[in-house]
Amino acid sequence: MRWLLIGIIVASTTAGEVLQAAGMRRHGEIRDFRPGAIGRALAVLARNRVVIAAVAAMAVSFFAYLGLLAIADLSFAVPATAITYVLETVLAKYVLKEHVNWLRWAGASLVICGVVLVSL
Amino acid sequence: MTHDHARLRLKTWIFAVVVVFTNVFGNFFLKRGMPPELATPLAYITVLFHPWVALGLLLLIVWLMMRMALLSWADLSYVVPVTAVGYVLVAVVGKVLLNEQITMKRWAGIGLIVAGVSLVSGGSAPQTAHPRPKTAGPGE
Repeated sequence: MRWLLIGIIVASTTAGEVLQAAGMRRHGEIRDFRPGAIGRALAVLARNRVVIAAVAAMAVSFFAYLGLLAIADLSFAVPATAITYVLETVLAKYVLKEHVNWLRWAGASLVICGVVLVSL
Repeated sequence: MTHDHARLRLKTWIFAVVVVFTNVFGNFFLKRGMPPELATPLAYITVLFHPWVALGLLLLIVWLMMRMALLSWADLSYVVPVTAVGYVLVAVVGKVLLNEQITMKRWAGIGLIVAGVSLVSGGSAPQTAHPRPKTAGPGE
């Protein structure tokens, strides 16, 4: 049961965050932070299909995470979901076409090792 | 160009700090209000109206919106490792607020996370130079 939940969390978090980045990239940089402008940006984003799919995936991930927290220790849940860092960095390079230089690879690898150590 | 670069870097730092804090305290309050088990599908819904869980959820909604704003200009391969500094903050919050013990293994992990975060945030601009539209049109 817990491994099924972790599979759901990893898949939906990775999909949600990559879609979030893709959707926001399509939207362009948010520069105006007055309330009216934020409202208009939200209205535009609410019609952006990629952003809608991203929020749906994050919602699946949230409820699966609630379920996992109820049956498993936090110290098991956190390192098991750190695999999303690897998947997201790889997808950032190949799907989002970001320039992932060696500093980012090295940094992401250090962070993953650190997260596992902190949570053990 | 350098002015624009400095402006983006400052904006990125401000948003990254808010993203980290709303996530850490959102999860903290969520955990605080969680019952030992969620037995029925209905329990997943009713638990959201528990005061601590509701406060955590509110912070996580702010987190989601700030993170989306941050991703509108910063790379995912930059945002993901940099916001992982939250793991360090959780350990510090645990030590200061809850008197938890921080073991050697945990300090080592904190050191690795800090090293990774500074490599990514100090070593590269937050943004890959992409040709992309400056403003979003309707129906985007």
